[in-house]
Amino acid sequence: MAGKPKLHYTKGRGKMESIRWLLAAAGVEFEEEFIEKKEDLEKLRSDGVLLFQQVPMVEIDGMRLVQTRAILSYIAAKYNLYGKDLKERAWIDMYVEGTTDLMGMIMYLPFQPADTKEKNLALIIERATTRYFPVYEKALKDHGQDYLVGNKLSWADVHLLEAILMVEECKPDVLSAFPLLQAFKGKISNIPTIKKFLQPGSQRKPPTDEKFVAVVRKIFNI
Amino acid sequence: MSGKPRLTYLNGRGRMETIRWLLAAAGVEFEEVYLETKEQYNKLVKDGFLLFQQVPLVEIDGMKMVQTRAILNYIAGKYNLYGKDLKERALIDMYVEGIADLMQMILMFPFTPPGEKQKSVDSIKEKATNRYFPVFEKALKQHGQDFLVGNKFSRADVQLIELILAVEEKVPDVLSGFPQLQVFKTKMSNMPTIKKFLQPGSPRKPPPDDHYVETATKVLIK
Repeated sequence: MAGKPKLHYTKGRGKMESIRWLLAAAGVEFEEEFIEKKEDLEKLRSDGVLLFQQVPMVEIDGMRLVQTRAILSYIAAKYNLYGKDLKERAWIDMYVEGTTDLMGMIMYLPFQPADTKEKNLALIIERATTRYFPVYEKALKDHGQDYLVGNKLSWADVHLLEAILMVEECKPDVLSAFPLLQAFKGKISNIPTIKKFLQPGSQRKPPTDEKFVAVVRKIFNI
Repeated sequence: MSGKPRLTYLNGRGRMETIRWLLAAAGVEFEEVYLETKEQYNKLVKDGFLLFQQVPLVEIDGMKMVQTRAILNYIAGKYNLYGKDLKERALIDMYVEGIADLMQMILMFPFTPPGEKQKSVDSIKEKATNRYFPVFEKALKQHGQDFLVGNKFSRADVQLIELILAVEEKVPDVLSGFPQLQVFKTKMSNMPTIKKFLQPGSPRKPPPDDHYVETATKVLIK
């Protein structure tokens, strides 16, 4: 049965959020089953549906996909968001790995000890403005096109927009020195599927707060 | 210009080793440049060679590729080690991401403080025997084929043999409960390109020692 993809995760961003973004950008409707307590995760594990006992897990096309990158690569390729050939794919992969590294830093921030938060936040902003954003700004400047790779919307664009919005939640004016990224943000946000995802009521999850950190710690024993 | 891929990294395993394995398994000869001083690294950054100011760097087919996964994906795609379709690719991706997670623990090991090293080995052993190796043992048992995916040699097989050997360096009897993996290890080790890579004098790097940790710290971390 074809059916909609079904996402298994906690009711928060974490590692599943990039998957929600990509499905939404591709215009794919999906269902979600939320892990709310430890027992929910234990049941998934004892049912044998998690290859490495971990989530995210996405039921799609008769498969139970795990491992965030495997899931994202599959979705990107299936919905033609992965470039037209090996070389475009290589560029998309490089760009996405960069934004993954940046978003990874932000994802772990709420879980770090309170006395390191300020330092870590400063590092995120430094990395964003000196290591990552300049790369994407330059890419857009060099080719003058709307999209990062191959003059066509790809996973790299969706991932970069997600990263930009996440960093802006940390520091609202972080794009002040990046005019092309500002234009990029405006353009990509206005793509109909993405615009819809950015509206209230969509399946986009809010930033992780202290209350949710406590829930996650309990479920995953961390 | 030789046309061979050129690898730039420390003279040691680290994140480049899996790339060396995959190129070697594909029968591709490559050159290596070793980073020994911070000045060399700074020059690479200054000359704009490193997209995100990081190594590994692999110069291949006119591209300066960075980000380990992007590089591995490109090599696998180019040399037909990535399955025959999207679904095989998804399975390969799941497997190699699991392998990478365990490999990450091994990668970090040389940098753990002496007092925590035993705990780290215990954790590697626990994860290998309870989470990762059972998955591959089961896969091989279920289809009864020599290779993990699609009855054909793929990057999943290369990365798994690399992982098995790396874990065995820390936990010599780790395969004792995994008869299929023991057979797999022998078969893969005897594949001509891999057999050659496992012989002395190949580009394969030895386990990291104090000198490696010192150089890595001096060149990349400080």
